[in-house]
Amino acid sequence: MIALLLILIPLVSGIITFFLKKENSAKGWALLSSFATVAVSLLGLTILNKPDLLQFKCDWLPGLGSSFSIRLDGMGQLLCLLTAISFPLIFIATWNRNYKNAHNFFALMLLSQAGLMGVFLAMDALLFYFFWELALIPVYFLCSIWGGERRIAATFKFFIYTFVGSLLMLVGLIYIQSLTPDRSFDIDSFYKIVLNNKQQNWIFWLMFIAFAIKIPVFPFHSWQPDTYEQSPTAVTMVLSGIMVKMGLFAIIRWLLPVLPSASFAFGEKMIAMWAIVGMIYASLLAWRQDDMKRLLAYSSIAHLGLMVVAIFSESEIGMQGVMLQMFNHGINIIGLWIIVEILEKKFGTRKFSELGGLAQKAPAMAIFFVVIALANIGLPLTNAFVGEFMMFTGIFTSPFSEYEMITVPAAGITIILGAIYTLRMVQKVIYGDTNALTETGTDIGYNEKLVLGIIVILIIAIGIYPQGFLDLTKDTTNLILNEANVLKK
Amino acid sequence: MNALIISAIMGVVMMFSGILLKQKSAIRGLAFAGLFIAIVLNVMEIYGFHLFRINIAGMMQFDRFALFFNTIAMACTFIFFLLSAKEMEKVGLNYADYFALIFFILCGIILASSFTSLLILFLGIEIISIPLYILTGSDKRNLKSNEASLKYFLLGAFSTGLMLMGITLIYGDSGSFSIDIISESISRPDTKPTILLIAGLLLLMFSMAFKVSAAPFHFWTPDVYDGAPTVFTSFMATIVKAAVFISFIRLFYHAFGSIHDSWKLIIAIITALTLFIGNVTAVFQQSVKRMLAYSSIAQAGFMLMAILALNSIASEGILLYTTAYCLSTIGLFAILVKMKDYTFEGFNGFAKHQPLLAAVAVVFLLSLAGIPLTAGFLAKFYMINAVITQGGFLWLVILAVLMAAISVYYYFRVIQAMYFKEGEAQAIEVSSAFKWIIAAVAALVILLGVYPQLLFSWFYF
Repeated sequence: MIALLLILIPLVSGIITFFLKKENSAKGWALLSSFATVAVSLLGLTILNKPDLLQFKCDWLPGLGSSFSIRLDGMGQLLCLLTAISFPLIFIATWNRNYKNAHNFFALMLLSQAGLMGVFLAMDALLFYFFWELALIPVYFLCSIWGGERRIAATFKFFIYTFVGSLLMLVGLIYIQSLTPDRSFDIDSFYKIVLNNKQQNWIFWLMFIAFAIKIPVFPFHSWQPDTYEQSPTAVTMVLSGIMVKMGLFAIIRWLLPVLPSASFAFGEKMIAMWAIVGMIYASLLAWRQDDMKRLLAYSSIAHLGLMVVAIFSESEIGMQGVMLQMFNHGINIIGLWIIVEILEKKFGTRKFSELGGLAQKAPAMAIFFVVIALANIGLPLTNAFVGEFMMFTGIFTSPFSEYEMITVPAAGITIILGAIYTLRMVQKVIYGDTNALTETGTDIGYNEKLVLGIIVILIIAIGIYPQGFLDLTKDTTNLILNEANVLKK
Repeated sequence: MNALIISAIMGVVMMFSGILLKQKSAIRGLAFAGLFIAIVLNVMEIYGFHLFRINIAGMMQFDRFALFFNTIAMACTFIFFLLSAKEMEKVGLNYADYFALIFFILCGIILASSFTSLLILFLGIEIISIPLYILTGSDKRNLKSNEASLKYFLLGAFSTGLMLMGITLIYGDSGSFSIDIISESISRPDTKPTILLIAGLLLLMFSMAFKVSAAPFHFWTPDVYDGAPTVFTSFMATIVKAAVFISFIRLFYHAFGSIHDSWKLIIAIITALTLFIGNVTAVFQQSVKRMLAYSSIAQAGFMLMAILALNSIASEGILLYTTAYCLSTIGLFAILVKMKDYTFEGFNGFAKHQPLLAAVAVVFLLSLAGIPLTAGFLAKFYMINAVITQGGFLWLVILAVLMAAISVYYYFRVIQAMYFKEGEAQAIEVSSAFKWIIAAVAALVILLGVYPQLLFSWFYF
């Protein structure tokens, strides 16, 4: 029931929002709906945390071996919580921005939330594919209608990229299904099946390309900076905060356990290397950016690259680190986007060469900005430190990796580079002298303080006590690693 | 049988109604009523009610598959009438005759979907084709329409010749026109397929490929579809094409299914070519109408996958595919007919002026592109599933999905024009009834995409 509600609330309220012609009622309704989702998600974590409430199954396409099967496991709980929390934060932070045809904007936002929830909940491969696409379509429209100047070309590139990937994934999923003994798309059948190496290699690439495009892993990343830059910031938050997690999530849930030997063969050597190259490359590019959106886009590639390497290390602590970091990265990057949004709205620019001296004019914002930026670097006491530390430990102690002496130092360099470009941005934006543009700056409003305050509290709370989250995902991690290992022998 | 006779009678009645009835609305009403009766009687036949008992000497078999497809074809024709019957007035003066011709085509469709003898197949295909030649040229004063008609006629006659030759050769080999006897004679374990049979089979395959506009026999399609009056293009490109596909799969399943292994590579090559040429050429079109013509070639490529797979998933899938494709394309054409400018630029800013029609068009385009939640996605899914289950053609499947990704490019150009570009797209005034009907069609497309049992539970009831 909880699981079903998590999809139904945003879906139904999203459809209703299409018909709310007044801007304020659409906004209010969307906010209300997103609060309801948070409430349901929290209930599912606490008092209603009972197995039969957390799953739902009914017939859907019996002839094709597919059923409408959704379940909240630990990893699902975590990511659904992230999805649930993000939307009200986004709505409140962008409360004062006026959109043309606001009802359509908020309706599409809620629909994409429904799609995202579905991806994290689906326990049936075809259903998973359905939601995977469903999350994409609203985002395509959101970016193309409300985006920046070059929006149409940029989002089209993004759409074609991801669509090619997901169609290849579909072929892979059908191929696996055709080899299962009971011809079923159910996750249990997928986990049980044993494929030979040749089949695994084929299917691995069909599916991995879809996930790699979504994350994005070098060399499939070229859609990302353009799309982030051209999208309206609220959508960029959804894209980078949550949607990219779909790719990581899918590797963990649908790739490692189903295709263990191919994941081992390619993941350790080839893909980890790609990710490392991508991390260094993206970090260097981030260093040279002047546009804050583009900087964050490249920084995101670098952070997610590390998570990919950690996933393929297939060690318990590394995997746990990835789970935690998926949540952390979502929160942190949304915080940074909110800062960007505030600056852009106030001063009409995202170039930090044109900004400066905001510490005097907007002290509250400056404090929040520094804390979130430090979390982005991964300083101790912030949430990202825990996640990155665990991932590094995982890569280093991986029972399978033969390359830790290359990967760990290389990845370590990107942490240093991360500190350089993030601090450079902070320095240029809030320190130094004010200029003609920032002279008139004022501090942030209550809604922004509230949202940033929540984010900072989360950052520090998880930084000090991550155990709650780690307990949550422990079972999933063990299950995945177990599936990935048993078949490898 | 019921529907066949009713639509034959209706064809004749409609011819005379042009003389007897003065008002166009009366003619239209008569056609609606006739078609409706035909549909009802056809559905009743599924439940075992036979209005006529005629000895057809085993030349046709109204099995469930045939009856079911006939219902789909006639229901789609009905939707086509509802959406576009008024537009036919603008084509020319012979309003009643157009309906008469469409009823004759329906006769042909029923023959082609229910044949068990190659003679009936030939008759059916011819009865479909000849009225189509006339409809293509029905815009008499338009040079393009005339050219299209002549081209269609010449090439169509040529392919019919090929088909007859093929039938003759097969008769020479097996001594019968009946597909069951042919199948029996070629599936005897000790015999190898003779040269006669193989030549006949290839000729039949090529002529059918011509009729469904599969590459490399597709060259007539863009010109004919573009030249014909848009209302009739809509009918030709959807229901007629679907019917020919049904007869194609029926022929190859029943007659040549037992030697599937020896011809499936040729079909695979034709499929790959069709997908590639259809999709890649559609990208370069400037007119939406011509784009839809190439898109119909591309979609034919996907439907050909059913003939390649030839299993139970494929036969379910082809029914869903034809339904999804017909509904979406008829809907799109119904909107296109209302536009003044058929180019992509002609759609600029359409969403602002006609929000409902634009939203509906998006549903149809998403369905054609095969995006989940629409019938088009499940249809493509069935096809891919069928081929993978058949085994051995993974390369074709990968090619097909890459081509589907290309198709997004040209379908989404229309969406981009409607929603993201500024412009003054003019649509001729549309009635609220039209809006309701087309919205219902779009709802049906989504419903079939979420819950296809709606179609199949009825098929297997």
